[in-house]
Amino acid sequence: MASSAAATASGEPPAILFFRRPGAPFNAALRQRFRVLDFLASGEPLPVFLAAAAAAAPDPPRAAVVMGGGAARVDAAFLDALPSLRCLVSTAAGVDHIDLAECARRGVVVANSGTVYSADVADHAVGLLIDVLRCVSAAERFVRRGLWPLQGDFPLGSKLAGRRVGIIGLGNIGSLIAKRLEAFGCIIHYNSRRQKGSVSYKYFPNVHDLASESDVLVVACALNKETQHIVNKDVLEALGKEGIIINISRGANIDEGELVRALNEGRIAGAGLDVFENEPAVPAELLSMNNVVLTPHSAVFTLESRSDLCDQMIGNLEAFLSGKPLLTPVLP
Amino acid sequence: MESLGVLLLHPMDAYLEQELARRCRLLRFCWDAPPDRRDAFLRAHAGSVRAVVTGGVAGAGAALIDALPRLEIVACFSVGFDRVDLARCRERGVRVTNTPGVLTDDVADLAVGLAIAVLRRIPQADGYVRAGQWKAKGDFTLTTRFSGKRVGIIGLGRIGLAIARRVEAFGCPVSYYQRTKRDYPNYTFFPTVVELAATSDVLVVACSLNEQSRRIVSREVIDALGPGGVLVNIGRGGHVDEPELVAALAEGRLGGAGLDVFEDEPEVPEALVALDNVVLAPHMGSGTRETRRAMADVVLGNLEAHVSGKPLLTPVV
Repeated sequence: MASSAAATASGEPPAILFFRRPGAPFNAALRQRFRVLDFLASGEPLPVFLAAAAAAAPDPPRAAVVMGGGAARVDAAFLDALPSLRCLVSTAAGVDHIDLAECARRGVVVANSGTVYSADVADHAVGLLIDVLRCVSAAERFVRRGLWPLQGDFPLGSKLAGRRVGIIGLGNIGSLIAKRLEAFGCIIHYNSRRQKGSVSYKYFPNVHDLASESDVLVVACALNKETQHIVNKDVLEALGKEGIIINISRGANIDEGELVRALNEGRIAGAGLDVFENEPAVPAELLSMNNVVLTPHSAVFTLESRSDLCDQMIGNLEAFLSGKPLLTPVLP
Repeated sequence: MESLGVLLLHPMDAYLEQELARRCRLLRFCWDAPPDRRDAFLRAHAGSVRAVVTGGVAGAGAALIDALPRLEIVACFSVGFDRVDLARCRERGVRVTNTPGVLTDDVADLAVGLAIAVLRRIPQADGYVRAGQWKAKGDFTLTTRFSGKRVGIIGLGRIGLAIARRVEAFGCPVSYYQRTKRDYPNYTFFPTVVELAATSDVLVVACSLNEQSRRIVSREVIDALGPGGVLVNIGRGGHVDEPELVAALAEGRLGGAGLDVFEDEPEVPEALVALDNVVLAPHMGSGTRETRRAMADVVLGNLEAHVSGKPLLTPVV
């Protein structure tokens, strides 16, 4: 049902640009309420598509839904091509595919997925950590290959309780991870842009120091210029031979080549990775390691998140189109 | 305790074995030998065995106890003692010890880890990546959120409570069944397992195995848990009607299962291995270096206490 609050002067539903990845959902939900200009469906090169959108009758689009993961990059050229665009809604928590500074300069408001995914991502991070320490996936393979009767007990894993977990980025997701792991008896340390007075966890002003006093490092920060390769060779060395790294943020937060080398050489003990620098490519060396757990950027892939996200995306669009504040604005 | 003749029933832990060899008179049982050789071994050493160290699955049955006239103590390298013939031990005045407490965290961690693994299909997702499917077929399937799921725990003992505390941090409402209702302000009691299963999304078996709890997860319980439900078993294979469980999973009458224990370990039903809505673990609930070391120290501590006439650390009988 088209939202009457968002109808245009012509009476037609408003036009919305939609930049999605192949196979992505939300098309139907958007089409019920808006005139959807779908980049993927158009098959045109981006400049052609944007020019056509700018000339769309009866009115050009004022808002765009942009999925993460390579669907499009919203930069100065993009915004130049479509001056009618005043609102971007990202379906990801991360907005690294949007030039926030350019948007701020032009007064274009940006919304992200807010906290819709946060619980699922936090749960996935905990699941990955338990899997790496207790070898859940590796032991599964052992059982399925029929090795239990042949080889006897599976080799011992490592205890989670009492471990020092260093969280890089104590935002929504980082905080939920901290709360969960505390219940397992972990000691929480963190690094964030600013120390948070409201938590009792030990703060470290830089990631290197955090790593040297942690047994587990969890990457839970946004990807931007400062956090590109925030986990580098030095940090991995500081984490040490018994250290585990969990990444549920962006592949580029970690120097992937260094990580693979460190794992290969036994300079860290294991890793749980949901994201990679060049998805869906995963470094071949990792595919045969038993001390890593690899998931296909699926930390947010639950039915509940999908449904909550859809509601959130439409809520943001309708708020903007009726002149109200965004539900989940991203501040520049 | 250098003069204590200890029979180690089977290999179970290198550190434990090394300490027993160092501190006692250790005899290693020929566990894998045919029955007549095993009997001959016991007859040959009957005069010197005063202590037996055994694991949870092996236990110590009546036949073994009867073959050892000088037996004084059975020290289990496990918290479960369902395979130890307690009645026979009581008759003979044989003490029995186990290893509670030290393994509580690890077992609870694995229970929650298995629940997340099943609901979020982490091992399947890992297999998807390793098999090159991410590149070939694109995104993995949607799974279901773990946070907020209703968790029902059978047995709110040390391990059950540790599981409850962990899942609470995920916003999971906790309910439980046990023989006696206790006063837990945050946990809802149900007087039967069927009612517990009917109101749970994840049902966790965390009680000890005895005559009352054998096959406590029956067909009726499995049906009550239903197509959206997940069973997690970190107790004993004997707690579950295994053929019923396998059929229910295969037919979609039960949503999924995370299983660390089976009726006939190390055998796992073929039909389970064929399913992808289960996560299977080779009885590794206490399987960390840290915990096995702590368990070994409890076994050794109990033997020391016994020979010095002091109270046992963790007596069962």
